[in-house]
Amino acid sequence: MTMTDTKKGTMDRREVMGTIAAKRGTALMVTGLGSATYDAGTVDHPNTFCLWGGMGAAAMTGLGLALAQPERRVLVVTGDGEMLMGIGAFATIGAQRPKNLAIVVIDNEHYSETGMQPTHTQRGVSLAGVAQACGFAGTETVYTPAELDAVVPRLFETDGPFFAAIKVNTQRYPMSIRVRDGAHLKDRFRENLLGAERAYY
Amino acid sequence: MKIEPTPRLWPGEIFQALKRSDVRQVAYVPDAGHVELIASCEADPGMSAVSLTTEEEGVAMLAGAWLGGDRGALLMQSSGVGNCINMLSVPLHCRMPLLMIVTMRGEWGEFNPWQLPMGQNAERVLQDMGVYIHRANHAEEVGQIVYAAAQLAFSSNCAVAVLLSQRLLGFKDWSK
Ligand SMILES: Cc1ncc(C[n+]2csc(CCOP(=O)(O)OP(=O)(O)O)c2C)c(N)n1
Ligand SMILES: [Mg+2]
Repeated sequence: MTMTDTKKGTMDRREVMGTIAAKRGTALMVTGLGSATYDAGTVDHPNTFCLWGGMGAAAMTGLGLALAQPERRVLVVTGDGEMLMGIGAFATIGAQRPKNLAIVVIDNEHYSETGMQPTHTQRGVSLAGVAQACGFAGTETVYTPAELDAVVPRLFETDGPFFAAIKVNTQRYPMSIRVRDGAHLKDRFRENLLGAERAYY
Repeated sequence: MKIEPTPRLWPGEIFQALKRSDVRQVAYVPDAGHVELIASCEADPGMSAVSLTTEEEGVAMLAGAWLGGDRGALLMQSSGVGNCINMLSVPLHCRMPLLMIVTMRGEWGEFNPWQLPMGQNAERVLQDMGVYIHRANHAEEVGQIVYAAAQLAFSSNCAVAVLLSQRLLGFKDWSK
């Protein structure tokens, strides 16, 4: 999509999350603070690490995980505002070129958590364009369920780094997940991935 | 006769301490004080050395490394400490280890006044956030301090910063 694109997202963010999660298989997932973490709560899994803070952390947390687990697929799912705060990560990840990493931005073109102020993606900034310019192996901007169905397998299969901005409407949902203690979420994730002996040695 | 400066040994000792501590991921924003260490990490096939656009990326990256079972270290100069502050909430709240190795500016014979606000306050700001400080002032103690800091971080799940004093890094005579 080009910078002058004026199409609007019509998909529902929770349906998008459900569609992605249904195909995750053994993939490890990291979600960014706010709505993406709440969406992930509707399809919670011990292989998901939900950030509740550290705005801008999601993509780079995914990189560290992808480097530590080169045999596993790693998927980051976050919001457009969260990704913009960590936009330098596109350059760092593009330079590093991890084959097993994909990043999805659920792009409602707003900071919905804080009162629905527009983000730069509503004002002509293309995150897929940034990712492409930073050397990602594949990038897409997705507007329709048919396009989403075509992109989901690429999140889990094609050589990364892969990036998809998935344009959604501005529907807000209540928090779906109550577990927000980071030490617990970290231990749950590590124990499930590494086994108790390594997780707590 | 021109006297060649003796090469400094402590960067190699830091590298050895990181290897003995099983550090697999090294994230950095370059500083002149880290030249040899960065080169050693980049050359080691058992380490992923990742050049960052800003230091806070490294805090997030090493959180991911720990989730995946890897130990990491984050190299920066003292001005980079200021770029990390909010991101430190991730390892601090989650009780994940974080090992930072910080070359200090703005203290011993500094010639660039722009380094002072962050250099003079980096230690206090880190402590205010709940990061433990190990300071190295002498070349002989650097390797030991990094090894001890690594054990503290990885065995006690806490954030530790080793501050390499500017005095250790050398005096740049600005009057000449
Ligand atoms: C450093 C920092 N600045 C600001 C905030 C406040 N904040 C919380 S969520 C959020 C908006 C997130 O926007 P986006 O990622 O687009 O999420 P969504 O629209 O899906 O809710 C902001 C600004 C914060 N948590 N941390
Ligand atoms: Mg948003």
